[in-house]
Amino acid sequence: MSFFKKSPWVIHYDGSSCNGCDIEVLACLTPLYDIERFGIINTGNPKHADVFLITGTINEQNLEVVRNIYNQMPDPKVVAAIGICATSGGIFRECYNVKGGVDTAIPVDIYIPGCAVRPEAIIDGVVAALGVLEKKAAALKTMKASA
Amino acid sequence: MKTALCVVAWVVIAPFLGGLLAGVDRIITARMQSRVGPPLLQPFYDVLKLFGKQGVAVNVFQNYYMVCFLVFVIVTGALFFSGGDILLTIFALAVAGVFFALGAFSPNSPYSNIGAERELLQMMSYEPILIIAAIGMFMVTKSWHVHDIAGFQKPLFVFLPGVFLAFLFVLTIKLRKSPFDLSTSHHGHQELVKGATTEFAGPSLAVIEIAHWYENVLLMGFVYLFFAFNWVVAIPAVLVAYFIEIFIDNTYARLTWHFTLKSSWIVAGVCGVVNIFLIAFLVK
Repeated sequence: MSFFKKSPWVIHYDGSSCNGCDIEVLACLTPLYDIERFGIINTGNPKHADVFLITGTINEQNLEVVRNIYNQMPDPKVVAAIGICATSGGIFRECYNVKGGVDTAIPVDIYIPGCAVRPEAIIDGVVAALGVLEKKAAALKTMKASA
Repeated sequence: MKTALCVVAWVVIAPFLGGLLAGVDRIITARMQSRVGPPLLQPFYDVLKLFGKQGVAVNVFQNYYMVCFLVFVIVTGALFFSGGDILLTIFALAVAGVFFALGAFSPNSPYSNIGAERELLQMMSYEPILIIAAIGMFMVTKSWHVHDIAGFQKPLFVFLPGVFLAFLFVLTIKLRKSPFDLSTSHHGHQELVKGATTEFAGPSLAVIEIAHWYENVLLMGFVYLFFAFNWVVAIPAVLVAYFIEIFIDNTYARLTWHFTLKSSWIVAGVCGVVNIFLIAFLVK
């Protein structure tokens, strides 16, 4: 039995966005939505995290930061791009400094579009991400067993 | 034989008790913030998950130090619950603390280094009161052994009210709760990230968590000693003490290490030492 579904710890990073989605992510932690019900904790530390939530676009300045956070997370891990800016670049797509969505920097598992995303959609997305996390955990286990 | 049974019971039962205590803690904390909170068994899910994660380590020593931390916490508890010498227990606990600080120093990350330094400062803050508590218990019961102290027929709390208050004060430091969660930062995403535990991932973080459960049960054992004359009084007293700690945790922001050191030494001096002097004059 795997416990990844029961205790997903998240890390949240805000790229260059209007902070709308950023605030909605934090709203999930408030008494109204209370994601700790599902064992979700906002760790703020890549080494403790299982789910990487990114809001906002990837630009030349935060590219390395996002890659660094991703590389510091221990396996198994999933990435969720939150908001239309994170999924595709949104209205900032054509800006001279913007590379595009999060998938231009690191592999993304779940796309959660919206402007701004509603907390319900974020929770739904994270739950979908947990399914991916579970699969990755199983894959890691079989890889270890065969090695 | 009885001693061996006590030790085995401690090693096997304490992590379950500690995990349940942590679960209850998280639910009560959530209710205080008008949230629903996680399931009761959440701390166990967390630890079991952490064992399934990849263990990322900066150097070969850091995980070894944390295993030493766990081993020494277990040894400390074994000494305590088998009725051994209370002074030895306190010093063994200090050794465990030193291993924790060494582990936090070893990865050279600025966050975990600050956490380790603060851990040492915290030890400076709480050690005097632990020793004063041991001396107080000796002066009343005329024995250094936990076995005799627990078997003392009169309520220790009545003789040592000042010492007990001072002990409650440092209990907050030892349980790593606000306002004294200086070294590990009870909640992440703050200036300290996760302090001393920042650089520990997966299984080694699980080891730290389990050691912390053991430590909490041991500290509740210390609280129990003050009321050990009657377990019907003692067990509610322990639970009330823990509830007070949760309440304080939720109502105070983190303080600086300057204030922690100063205030805990002042409390040790005013409540602890005065109490000891009174005992020396009054109890013959």
